[in-house]
Amino acid sequence: MPLMKLTIPAVFVVRSTLVVLLAVGAATCSAQIDHNITPFTKDMTSHINGLTGHAYGDGQFRPDAGAQLYRRYCVGCHGAKGNGEGENAQWINPKPRDLTLGTFECRSTPTGTLPTDQDLFNSITRGFVTTNMPSWKPLTNQERANLIAMVKAFSPRWGKEKPGTPITIPPPPPLTIEHILAGRETFDKLQCWKCHGPEGRGDGAAAATLTTDKGDSIRPYDFSTGSRFKCGQTDRDLYQVFMTGLDGTPMPSFADVVKPDQAWELVYFLRTLQVSQKSPELGLIKQYQAAHPGQLKPVGQDQAPGTGQ
Amino acid sequence: MQSKYVGKLALVVAAVLVQVRVAACAPPPESGSITGKVTFTGTPPKRKLIDMSKEPTCAKEHNPQEKTQNVVTGGTDALKYVVVYISAGEQPGSTPTETVHYEQKGCMYMPHIEVMQVNQPLSISNGDPVAHNIHPMPKINSEWNKSQPPGTPPIQTKWEKAEFIPVKCNIHPWMQGFFVVLKTSHYAVTGDDGLFTLKGLPPGKYTVTAWQEQYGTQSQEVTVGANGATKPLSFVFKVLPY
Repeated sequence: MPLMKLTIPAVFVVRSTLVVLLAVGAATCSAQIDHNITPFTKDMTSHINGLTGHAYGDGQFRPDAGAQLYRRYCVGCHGAKGNGEGENAQWINPKPRDLTLGTFECRSTPTGTLPTDQDLFNSITRGFVTTNMPSWKPLTNQERANLIAMVKAFSPRWGKEKPGTPITIPPPPPLTIEHILAGRETFDKLQCWKCHGPEGRGDGAAAATLTTDKGDSIRPYDFSTGSRFKCGQTDRDLYQVFMTGLDGTPMPSFADVVKPDQAWELVYFLRTLQVSQKSPELGLIKQYQAAHPGQLKPVGQDQAPGTGQ
Repeated sequence: MQSKYVGKLALVVAAVLVQVRVAACAPPPESGSITGKVTFTGTPPKRKLIDMSKEPTCAKEHNPQEKTQNVVTGGTDALKYVVVYISAGEQPGSTPTETVHYEQKGCMYMPHIEVMQVNQPLSISNGDPVAHNIHPMPKINSEWNKSQPPGTPPIQTKWEKAEFIPVKCNIHPWMQGFFVVLKTSHYAVTGDDGLFTLKGLPPGKYTVTAWQEQYGTQSQEVTVGANGATKPLSFVFKVLPY
């Protein structure tokens, strides 16, 4: 009998523990993040170099449709709604892009316009250096095209607007020291140094207060590190950055105030700021400085003495 | 007999025609004005001094130092920089062609709140010897960001949809203003006295909305009587000290 008396509460304890465990299990389940992808539209395609990407299968389940790939690879950061609030987002800086806004940094199109499908394709292929966004080159071209269709499906903008017309980039002038020095003058006159610093080290007077549209701090590019550019490695990519601006960030477009020739000169000069990398531009300006010691007046000295730290 | 009828008919037709003409030539029905005042209750936040030391050229233009403009009060209870406008009850009007001028002077936006209509031409100029970047951050319209170094021509643009658009200069983070894009031509921005007048409104029922950049919108229904009469409106915003 005493044994019985003992066992009954024991069973009861075990059972109630189970109930509690089950309850906890249910609670964690219901508290889980909703991974149901909820785009603005399910009807979205992308067109890249003869490939057509689909956000969803054409009425049938396709394991490589944009939505499936997004759920597998992107949802953790960009979130089920595409608003950049995935479960990992809180640990990430800079923050994942809010795809619902349809605002993108790396574009061949003028500021304020939508990028081309190819621009988006290039972006996810390349990834964004100095951010958590990796290169998605391991995926096939078709898979990446499908993902671009999915990226577009999150924003209502693609239903209402067409992508901008890509800017024309003329062939570069020959590389000469005169062009480099002219580019240096443009850098000075346009006051690029306000943010990027007189030596391009990302330490201008305004650098400390820069924020994205979402209010997160952001650093201007430090040329001296020689690290890759966010929107591509080539001279043309660099040209494109200041002629289209990086929308959503403090980097404006200079398309209205810089002529194509000047833009190329600026590209040549910016290469000389990458002091940790050997380049013909850097070689030329070093040669010039050796031949004309003390002749280059410092950048950013005219208007605001004492800035540039 | 018949000719008599014809004559009468002609008379009636003539009379109707005259009446129609009279109606067409008559002055429009009495138009009224909606007047009122925007006030606040509570303790407003203290306006902070703007530190322009990183741009000495601009800093020396402001003596005494400028203060933040997000909540500005006047007198004992008036609230400044509130946009009051007709948000419903109006016939759609035509797009105005005169250009709205927005200026950057002494590293401040002139004016702090710039009201314009949908598709109205907007010209943005830089009167400073330093570079600015104009960075409107709309959610409904398209966002853009353009550099405007000293001595460059004004930026000509317009907004296609009604929206309250925050504008900033990333180089000078204290430069913060708003483009208020409205569908109506009946609007006012309150000054130090908090007073507003919306003129030239034909009789009818309207919704009047007041918008303050930090405290959002409030609306009230108003009827403009046949003789143009309305009773004065009062908008009260609850302000917080932080």
